[in-house]
Amino acid sequence: MAPVKVFGPAMSTNVTRVLVCLEEVGAEYEVVHLDYQAKEHKSPPFGQIPAFQDGDVVLFESRAIARYVLRKYKSADADLLREGNLKEVAMVDVWTEVEAHQYYPAISPVVYECLINPIMRGVPTNQKAVDEALEKFRKVLDIYEARLSKSTYLAGDFLSFADLNHFTYTYYFMATPHAAVFDSYPHVKGWWERIMSRPYVKKLAANMLIKAP
Amino acid sequence: MGIKVYGPAASTNVARVLVCLEEVGAEYELVPVDMPSGEHKRPEHLARNPFGQVPAFQDGDMMLSESRAIAKYILRKGGSQLLRECNLSESAIVDVWLEVEAAQFSSAMSPIIFQCFVIPIVMGGKPDMKVVEENLEKLKKALEVYEARLSKFKYLAGEFVSLADISHFPTAHYLLGSPHASAIDAYPHVKAWIADIMARPSVKKVRELMKMASA
Repeated sequence: MAPVKVFGPAMSTNVTRVLVCLEEVGAEYEVVHLDYQAKEHKSPPFGQIPAFQDGDVVLFESRAIARYVLRKYKSADADLLREGNLKEVAMVDVWTEVEAHQYYPAISPVVYECLINPIMRGVPTNQKAVDEALEKFRKVLDIYEARLSKSTYLAGDFLSFADLNHFTYTYYFMATPHAAVFDSYPHVKGWWERIMSRPYVKKLAANMLIKAP
Repeated sequence: MGIKVYGPAASTNVARVLVCLEEVGAEYELVPVDMPSGEHKRPEHLARNPFGQVPAFQDGDMMLSESRAIAKYILRKGGSQLLRECNLSESAIVDVWLEVEAAQFSSAMSPIIFQCFVIPIVMGGKPDMKVVEENLEKLKKALEVYEARLSKFKYLAGEFVSLADISHFPTAHYLLGSPHASAIDAYPHVKAWIADIMARPSVKKVRELMKMASA
């Protein structure tokens, strides 16, 4: 099988979402760097990154790309979607949606204001926006704490796509001054430590550096 | 114990679940949740949906939240072809356009629906036209991409209808009922595609439920 191609900068949050899944299933892949600043990324319909190619299959939208990867390379050791079990796949889908609609909107303003804006865009941190986001985020973490007190991972006692979707933004959040927020949520913290102990994290983290252009 | 859906049919996210139940011909009970009085934020509902939102969905001892997750569960259980999970590349394209529906179409439509329907009808206030105009601009940019896509294919994922198409109907229903329905006139393939979806018996039935709920 030829390596699949992921188009976009390796440090982009949505590119990393796909790379985490490729690493979990042990697929061969190539990251084709697109210069975000030069607007090369305008080629997929909505001009966003990542784009993805596997032979004739061309995709965009990181979660759709990730699902394709997890389906194609599914094995006895790597079944992150659980599509063979009606209840399990439903729980994977629920917590994947929760990441997109509840977790991400609360955590991303902190990452943007504390890291991306000051370091990459030379825009000072808007502390009010950070404080509002942190308040929302704590309420979300209350719910995650309750969930993770009952199961090892979000969809159940198995690692899944739902957990992997949380990797990128949580990783960057831990690089902001607010990482200690997680200390109040011992089950969430334990869950995060389990994700961080996945064998490929160091390799991906080496490219996940937010730096000035 | 059968299937229960908790929430008002007029909610786009509840309607998304109802249309899937109709598509597979499942029997279900729609349990009202009185949102204007804050019922969705009270303990009984929070036990079903900890984020205090609608819908919540129950099938036997399983409780689910998040309409697109519920939709997939219903379609898989009912043996529907609307997800194409038997085909690797087709299912991927369905997933792509489902993401686009959430990220581009519904994200622009939600503030418009809130301003044009919820604020005047539920809250007795006036819409913020600046918010409406900003989101109409976003919507139109998205519609340009949809127009290009639907000029090449009958449906978003290809020549077959899928959840990606049907997932748009609740927000399209409100667009058509808003003062801004003519926005789609500039996009003839989008307009025809919306009409096609709205002609589905399942969609017609749920639109009736949505109208009754708003009355």
